[in-house]
Amino acid sequence: MGVAKYVKNEKDEVQDVILQSGIHVKPLYTKKDLDAIGFDPDKDLAPPGEYPYTRGIHSLGYRSREWTTRQYTGFGTPEETNERFKLMISHGQTGLNVAFDLPTQMGLDSDDPLAEGEVGRVGMAVDSLRDFEVAFQGIPLDRIGVGLTINAVASIMLAMFQAMAEKYGFKKDRVSATPQNDILKEMIGRGAWIFPAKPAVRLIGDTIEYSMKELPRTNPVSVCGYHIRESGCSPAQEIAYAFQIANTYIEEVLKRGHRIDDFIRGFTFNLNVFGNLWEQVAKFRAARKLWAINLKERYGAKDHRSLLLRGLFGGGGYGMTKAQPENNIIRGAYYALAAALGGAQTAALCSFDEAYTIPTPRAALLSLRTFQILMEEIGLRDTVDPLAGSYFIETLTKQMEEKIVDEIKKVDEIGGMIKAVETGYVQKEVARQAYEFEKGVQKGELIKVGVNKYTEGEEMEVELHEYRKESAEEQTQRLREVKRERENRKVVQLLKDLEGAARAEKNVMPYLLECSKAYATVGEMTKVFKEVYGEFKEPSIF
Amino acid sequence: MEKKIRILIAKPGLDGHDRGAKVVAQAFRDAGMEVIYTGLHQTIDQITHTAIQEGVDVIGLSVMSGAHVPICEKLMKEMKKKKIDDIMVVVGGVIPKRDIPHLQEIGIQGIFPGGTSFDKSIQWIKENVKQRV
Repeated sequence: MGVAKYVKNEKDEVQDVILQSGIHVKPLYTKKDLDAIGFDPDKDLAPPGEYPYTRGIHSLGYRSREWTTRQYTGFGTPEETNERFKLMISHGQTGLNVAFDLPTQMGLDSDDPLAEGEVGRVGMAVDSLRDFEVAFQGIPLDRIGVGLTINAVASIMLAMFQAMAEKYGFKKDRVSATPQNDILKEMIGRGAWIFPAKPAVRLIGDTIEYSMKELPRTNPVSVCGYHIRESGCSPAQEIAYAFQIANTYIEEVLKRGHRIDDFIRGFTFNLNVFGNLWEQVAKFRAARKLWAINLKERYGAKDHRSLLLRGLFGGGGYGMTKAQPENNIIRGAYYALAAALGGAQTAALCSFDEAYTIPTPRAALLSLRTFQILMEEIGLRDTVDPLAGSYFIETLTKQMEEKIVDEIKKVDEIGGMIKAVETGYVQKEVARQAYEFEKGVQKGELIKVGVNKYTEGEEMEVELHEYRKESAEEQTQRLREVKRERENRKVVQLLKDLEGAARAEKNVMPYLLECSKAYATVGEMTKVFKEVYGEFKEPSIF
Repeated sequence: MEKKIRILIAKPGLDGHDRGAKVVAQAFRDAGMEVIYTGLHQTIDQITHTAIQEGVDVIGLSVMSGAHVPICEKLMKEMKKKKIDDIMVVVGGVIPKRDIPHLQEIGIQGIFPGGTSFDKSIQWIKENVKQRV
């Protein structure tokens, strides 16, 4: 929901507005407000493409290039997903973002008893390289970047993606994959974790290190504030936690002796857009500036390209409602506006059926059209950072900076993000805020149209994406075929090599690549890691 | 003195979305119930085992992935096997209206899809629970 709290008198006059980040919004902002916060246009407001990048990371913004649109897509078998990829691309989508089913995300093969009921349900089932071959058949991987929303087994999926791309004749330095690969946010707010924090972070280090040389166009991490915000944190915390997560991964790679400028450009962010429009825009502007400062001052980055916050700003899942689902189409339009005013490089939206199931083609295409209308008709390509100089937006941006810096300090005081997650500090904080929020909505203190205000009207029938039970059988069939046709002795040996590398703390990526090429399964490779690393023990927060 | 209602709030299966489960756990606790939260990735075996160990009056499942029907079917079967099918079962999460009759048929008593208020679910449980001695 993330809406602001409106304090009104009996005459329905707004007396106070309190943003989710805790900032109070005044009725009027003037030059006096800019003076009061020490706003210095020369220091705080360099041109876009110049330090500290508040106004944007490129001098021409959307004038030179539209953002990439990348709807989260995938379900059932690789064939079904391939079909949907092609549909979206034919309608003008410019990037892909793959949704995997829960068994795949949790490192389980489709025939695992624990996978029962979940194969192909929330995303595409992937067991082996064969599935990737089918899923990406006919996709021009040298022209279309592919996001892989995979975390605990991101290393495996990235290796498998490389194997598939090479099989299709694409050079590994031409393809651009973005595995989400952010395990700390899983432990806070998404739940698809397997291994304990330290080895999981080491695997992330392996993918970053490997990509530096082998997959130069790949973005090995997409650090997510998104899901933490979905779980209940404020916009300011969203940025602070994302940055502290990113810092953890940075330090993992630095301690291997690499230089910050050699790998940081592969980092991207995934940030949320629901809630108060002004708060989101100020958040993105403040985030760009603070990220640049973080890289420059905390890590001594020298190359100016190292300081650029590149992000997918989108989603807005928690803002969507189950009641009156067509309202979500409208919300999506406003969220897309927030992303554009915030200067996102990539955009994606939850569809209007978000509260019901995964998107139907109609719902997914509506999200795409939302972006196209915004860029082609409404004027969001016209000029860079149009709100710059606004008394309100510049004041709010400065205030958001202060809030974010405060939250970053709190995590530093705890001893970093791994400690914060292992002790449950962040999870507790987020769960508490989520509860406060829900109470606010149920008491009517936080307004959600259709939910606690303007609830009249008949319930709309939502066309549901139907889960095809047969996809589980088809997938298991294919898995059996793959296991029959591959060289099983070779697979056994390669899995042993993988285990040896993992135990010796070598970079596992080359071993995963060989395993993938030999059609080792996701489950088999994960099992090796489970045996070496063990499993994450969720801290109790109650 | 009235004994507190003991409720197990469980996240079965692979789904990691726990905002709702944690929010409901806090609400039920504030309403005076004794809440045990299982954490993520629980198997049906683990859930039923914990329910027995903790002597709960209610098992509450939270399922957001759409797999509520196979999960509930499995749970009811296991509870019958372990002879604890007298424990009340309630379920919340992403539950389409059309699945509710079937869930009720197999023995799920309280169904609280997203949007159900705390008051509603708490009231219902208090009125319908048969506490274990």
